[in-house]
Amino acid sequence: MTLLDVKHLSVRYGALTIVNDVSFSISEGEWLMIVGPNGAGKSTIVSAISQGTPYTGEVFVQGRNIKSLRARDLAQTIGVLAQSHAMGYGFTVGAVVRLGRYAYSPGLFSGSRDEDEAMVTRALELTGLTRFAEQNVLTLSGGELQRTFLAQIFAQNPRVLLLDEPTNHLDLVYQKQTFELITEWLKTPGRAVVSVVHDLSLAKAYGTRGLLLDGGKTIVCGETGEVFAPEYINHAYSMDVAAWMRRMLAQWQEEGTR
Amino acid sequence: MRHNSQPGAGGVSPSPAPSVYGGRREGFRAGELVLFSLATLATMALCVCVGSVSLPLKETLTVIWNTIVGLPVPQGISVPIILSVRLPRVLCVALTGAALSICGGAMQGLLKNPLADGSTLGVSSGAALGAVIAIAFGITLPGIPFAGTMVLAIAFAFLSLLVILSLAHKIDYSMSTNTIILVGVIYSMFVSSILSLIVTFASDHVKQITFWTMGSLLGASMQNALVLFGSLIVFGGIILRYARELNAFAISEDNARNVGVPVRQVKLTLLIAVSALIGVCVSVGGTIGFVGLVTPHMVRMIVGPNHRRLLPASLFGGAIFLMLADLVARILLNPVELPIGVVTSFVGAFLFIVIFYRSRRARL
Repeated sequence: MTLLDVKHLSVRYGALTIVNDVSFSISEGEWLMIVGPNGAGKSTIVSAISQGTPYTGEVFVQGRNIKSLRARDLAQTIGVLAQSHAMGYGFTVGAVVRLGRYAYSPGLFSGSRDEDEAMVTRALELTGLTRFAEQNVLTLSGGELQRTFLAQIFAQNPRVLLLDEPTNHLDLVYQKQTFELITEWLKTPGRAVVSVVHDLSLAKAYGTRGLLLDGGKTIVCGETGEVFAPEYINHAYSMDVAAWMRRMLAQWQEEGTR
Repeated sequence: MRHNSQPGAGGVSPSPAPSVYGGRREGFRAGELVLFSLATLATMALCVCVGSVSLPLKETLTVIWNTIVGLPVPQGISVPIILSVRLPRVLCVALTGAALSICGGAMQGLLKNPLADGSTLGVSSGAALGAVIAIAFGITLPGIPFAGTMVLAIAFAFLSLLVILSLAHKIDYSMSTNTIILVGVIYSMFVSSILSLIVTFASDHVKQITFWTMGSLLGASMQNALVLFGSLIVFGGIILRYARELNAFAISEDNARNVGVPVRQVKLTLLIAVSALIGVCVSVGGTIGFVGLVTPHMVRMIVGPNHRRLLPASLFGGAIFLMLADLVARILLNPVELPIGVVTSFVGAFLFIVIFYRSRRARL
């Protein structure tokens, strides 16, 4: 089943075209990796789909035009994880995660249903944050903060995850943890993931499909094997990507055999 | 702390029992409500008793109580002082403090800006301009005596907020704290230049206009208190209704959108409620600066940043803070009375610097 269908999406700031007529769709169980050099328009696509940036074209979720959905229905369908979070006030981790249940019970006197509590508890467990629940978010490390917002999305329980460079400023351990958590999340039927990723190795390892952008335009969209083929990727990045990766890896192999 | 736990692994309790964090305990607790109410009532009693003429507490309480329940009021010189001078004024001060503080709390959350407040953003100045225009040009509404001033103050408060926010948005898309404050300062200067212009042309109204720019609740009536109370119930109620949404905005507007808050609608409703409350306060007591800035910060230290606790606590905290400020204004240079705005701005300016300094340090 197609969960997200993006048709002829364009974003313009005045005369500047950031995203130019991009179309793609993803189905249940798929993980689409949006890749491309800086300034290709990757993050803008995520921002447009989450209704944070004005766009032309159409976006459908489960067959319904996204603009016809109420904010709360949209949040039950799509969950967005930003690449970083600047916290201003000292909320507890539990309070941030609990906001993920807002879409299911808006209003003042809600948020105390058993189902909501169970989802929040589970999201904290999944992300390993249970013992941080009462901790002030201002005291967390970057990785812990990112996990807090991942837990918020898990509590939100959407069909599609939209991730904007989710591990951009995280170290290797957190990158591995985050990508494995999302792989686990994706195993439940009826779910799909779209993520913007800089690291091509990560994209190749975890993605099922790819969308390569350059200068706001689609270069290629399809199975990861096809998208990461040298003829496309080398052109977009203006270098021999695979050769460079092999050279990097060779250093590790040499050290390993020494 | 950092890498010691694999997600999902480790000491996780499987029990689905009610969780201990936030949630069920997020709201204002009954005990706290009683405590804050008692503190407010005690401050109120103190402020009615103390002044240029000090009155014994027991006599004051008897007079007020008998009036409320309809018993015969004991005669004496103190009765008119209590019932027509002190009590209406203290009530107006308390309600103004509560209203301005809940507005400050709401704006600090909505704009994710610890320095936001009616006075720092220039909304109060805008409301005062509306009030002054109504006076200088004799704009009134038929029927209700001070409705013209009030309606214009509310309209100008809302317009000011729109102008300030859209200007800040144009200058700096991310609407950073500093940009908004800077635009607020510029706007306040602009408004005060127009005020000076009006003073020049309408010199027979100078005294009234000065009153509006300095802020004072001298001579406030029971009628004023009723209007303040009514608006606080309506608009304060709206703000309290959106406490959860304000939590989301205080994390970030993007996060509010992501979790499903109808961002535009909630923002507009809150801005209208805040403008209306500030407009009413300014039309009754003039511009009283920094109350809405100071109170939420002090209250946050006690009840934390969650708006479901912060907003109700700000109501009580603001009432107490402004009543005490008014008391200081009345007795510090007795028999000369200071404008209340002088006292609040004195405290507020110091706090503003402390907050600003801390928030700059935190970013480095």
